[in-house]
Amino acid sequence: MRIHVRAFARTRELLGSGSLDVELPAGSTVADAWNALEARSPQLRDLAASTRLARNARMVKREDALADGDELALLPPVGGG
Amino acid sequence: MSGMFAIVEDTIDTSALEAATRTDACGAVVTFYGIVRERADDGRGVNGLSYEAYEPMAVIEFETIAKEARERFGDVRIAVVHRVGALRIGDVAVAVVAACPHRAQAFDACEYAIDEVKRRAPIWKKEHYLEGDGEWISNDCGHHG
Repeated sequence: MRIHVRAFARTRELLGSGSLDVELPAGSTVADAWNALEARSPQLRDLAASTRLARNARMVKREDALADGDELALLPPVGGG
Repeated sequence: MSGMFAIVEDTIDTSALEAATRTDACGAVVTFYGIVRERADDGRGVNGLSYEAYEPMAVIEFETIAKEARERFGDVRIAVVHRVGALRIGDVAVAVVAACPHRAQAFDACEYAIDEVKRRAPIWKKEHYLEGDGEWISNDCGHHG
């Protein structure tokens, strides 16, 4: 299956793009997607504890399942205002 | 102005936002502007800021915060608009408008809304320093923009 990843701030810089598609085996979880991204950009590991994840604009846990076509957003600590 | 809750790339039209938020029932309008300033919290000189947002989720968060403000403070109309992209010193980065019959609720609702926007909305800020480097600033580690 294929998911769409949105990355922001430091996670965007480390991935080299704020918008990318990632191919994953069927049945993959949020954690699997994160691991695939970490394999691509190992420095993401430093942000694993502080970065929250949203699936289709709703917060998710690492063990939650993903489906084909999902949008997964990487949300490091926010700094608006 | 495209709506009461928005992420925009251009200058925020603050007077249009206030006009769109108030009604004739509102005797009080409180507006907060978050403005780009010339120094970082650690004293370093700042050239400008760049902001980015996860727009669909940020707008949902603005709407949720406004709903919470109504539950806490009563009949209050709220607008939240945050700008993204490259901003310079003096630019308005965020505008929060609270309009209601009396001033006490308007002050309280405006403060609640900006505090929660800073704490929760998926928006990020990078400070660009006069020395040439830059840094992402988080609101939950002692920095307040």
